[in-house]
Amino acid sequence: MNPVSKDNFTVTHALSCKNISRSYGKVKALGNISFDVEPGEIFGVIGPDGAGKSTLFRILTTLLLPDSGSASVEGFDVVSDYKKIRKIVGYMPGRFSLYQDLTVEENLRIFATLFNTTIEENYYLIKDIYSQIEPFKKRMAGALSGGMKQKLALSCALIHKPSILFLDEPTTGIDPVSRKELWEMLRKLKSQGITIIVSTPYMDEASLCDRIALIQNGEFLKIDTPKAIVESFGRRLISVKGDNMGLLLKRLREIPGVISCFAFGDSHHVTTERDGNSADSLTADSLRFALEKQGHTNIEITPVEANIEDCFMELIAR
Amino acid sequence: MLKYLLEKEFKQFFRNKALPKIAVVMPFMAILIFPLVANFEIKNINLTVVDNDKSTISRELTEKVRSGGYFRISEVADNYQEAMRGIELNTSDMILEIPAYFERDIVKEGTARLYIAANAVSGTKGGLGSAYLAGIVGDFNKNISTVLKDGAITISPRFWYNPRLLYTHFMVPALMVMVLAMVCGFLPALNIVGEKESGTIEQINVTPVKKLTFILSKLIPYWIIGFVVLTICFLAAWMAYGLVPVGSLATIYLFAALFVLSFSGFGLVISNYATTLQQAMFMMFFFLLTFIFMSGLYTPVANMPDWAQKLSIISPLKYIIIVLRQVYLKGSGFSELLTSFWMLSAFAVFFNGWAVLSYRKKS
Repeated sequence: MNPVSKDNFTVTHALSCKNISRSYGKVKALGNISFDVEPGEIFGVIGPDGAGKSTLFRILTTLLLPDSGSASVEGFDVVSDYKKIRKIVGYMPGRFSLYQDLTVEENLRIFATLFNTTIEENYYLIKDIYSQIEPFKKRMAGALSGGMKQKLALSCALIHKPSILFLDEPTTGIDPVSRKELWEMLRKLKSQGITIIVSTPYMDEASLCDRIALIQNGEFLKIDTPKAIVESFGRRLISVKGDNMGLLLKRLREIPGVISCFAFGDSHHVTTERDGNSADSLTADSLRFALEKQGHTNIEITPVEANIEDCFMELIAR
Repeated sequence: MLKYLLEKEFKQFFRNKALPKIAVVMPFMAILIFPLVANFEIKNINLTVVDNDKSTISRELTEKVRSGGYFRISEVADNYQEAMRGIELNTSDMILEIPAYFERDIVKEGTARLYIAANAVSGTKGGLGSAYLAGIVGDFNKNISTVLKDGAITISPRFWYNPRLLYTHFMVPALMVMVLAMVCGFLPALNIVGEKESGTIEQINVTPVKKLTFILSKLIPYWIIGFVVLTICFLAAWMAYGLVPVGSLATIYLFAALFVLSFSGFGLVISNYATTLQQAMFMMFFFLLTFIFMSGLYTPVANMPDWAQKLSIISPLKYIIIVLRQVYLKGSGFSELLTSFWMLSAFAVFFNGWAVLSYRKKS
């Protein structure tokens, strides 16, 4: 669907958000969020639980009014043109929100009908996803497994051929295989020209997006491509392993020159200044020396490439 | 689109394990069981007679009391103290004491005294029992008087519209209203709140479906079910009590439709304020109980204290109960029910208007 353009700005962006704020009573959920999403992009909103992801999605899908600021989806204002937006967006809420007492097929048919279309008309769009749950189409939606529920929800969100798709934490609570499948589907949908805005608390999914926004406490810390964000990590990152990891974490934080240190899987990630010339600037070697002097044993030290999680931790530490 | 949404609602209703069954059982419960248990007529009052006179007249009086049908003479005691023990042991509800020389006093002086004592732990039983007994004695008195002198005036009451003073005929039309209120007020509101609680309403809200369409899809099924249930009530009342409206059924259906419109509006108001089913249930019970007690369902509004009578105008149930009783028992037509018509219309406008406004404010 081509939006009726009022000016150039509405044509170029699939979604545009300017200074959106929203509070629940005294609790500030979103503060001054601004960003644009280009057509055909997979845009990831990444941050921990309670960061404001769902509030942002609810505003953009016209379910909630912002306190201030403006946003437009395909050129339509989320407040004044909400009816037009509802025709062109697909929304998959974080919580499974289909009728558990209707069958798989009935759910799909309901949403097709509500959008004035039929399953047959847009079947090609959901074929890859729906064909996996079609053998169970007479089963009540409430009796499906988590991964299958998610596939049904995605099918229902797609059945009216939306031009922009909002997925609120689609991979939360489903198994790794289904997660992988879901991301493959999103890639395919992108190739059909659908703009996708997806939120997730999992940092490792960031690299699957074209661009990401890191969100914390209702504010965007950074918006860029995953690659650029990783490259902008301005410090040296060292992975440290050894005996007695708990004590090691505590000691590492006390060593001069260590900017931050976080547990990261089975090792600790230590950040230091990249090009420090001062006396206490640390390299992998000087760190090993310092730890061995303190009596730590079995120490493995490896310089590592930063990933999104490191960047996120660094950004919130600032 | 509405058609498809309606189909969905009916599917969900009939797929529900409990709802369809309750919808069928409820009218029968309301019409067949409730009037029998919620009955203010007092029968089988246990009476202890203390006959200190043991004369012809005292025996005649005792016999008259026994044959009236309300009293069961459980005991004949020798003195008042003995009779009191029966009251204390709860084997007896009332005492009738006939003093010595009762017959002699009546014949000689034309007057005599009797003592009636009642256990008033259950106020209704005590009060009504005393009244019945006093009535019987009064009747007896009259008989003796007419024997003694001629030309005494006798009063014969005529009870209009419910000649046999049947409590069921008073209750049944009102209970039909309760059933209607439950089906058409409660169920759609709970259904909407249920969709809120399970989050499905979010998914509906992002579709282009108009809010009005969605709400109608919730109300219409329960309107239909409500009228089916009401019709079952009519049939049950006819089969069980031979009770058919003296007036026209069309009048009843017309007013029922108006009531349903106002009461489902009330349900919508609640569904706008409640976010969980628990909240909605609690609010519903609170208001429904208030409405019922203010409606004159059990006790006539005219019996209430002044302030309560004024307060009773807030109950839409009051007006529809008036209509059903009037049409069923008196055969009133539309022109005699104008007050109820205007009040119910006002409730319909008020509740539905409130529902629209409170909905706008929330979104």
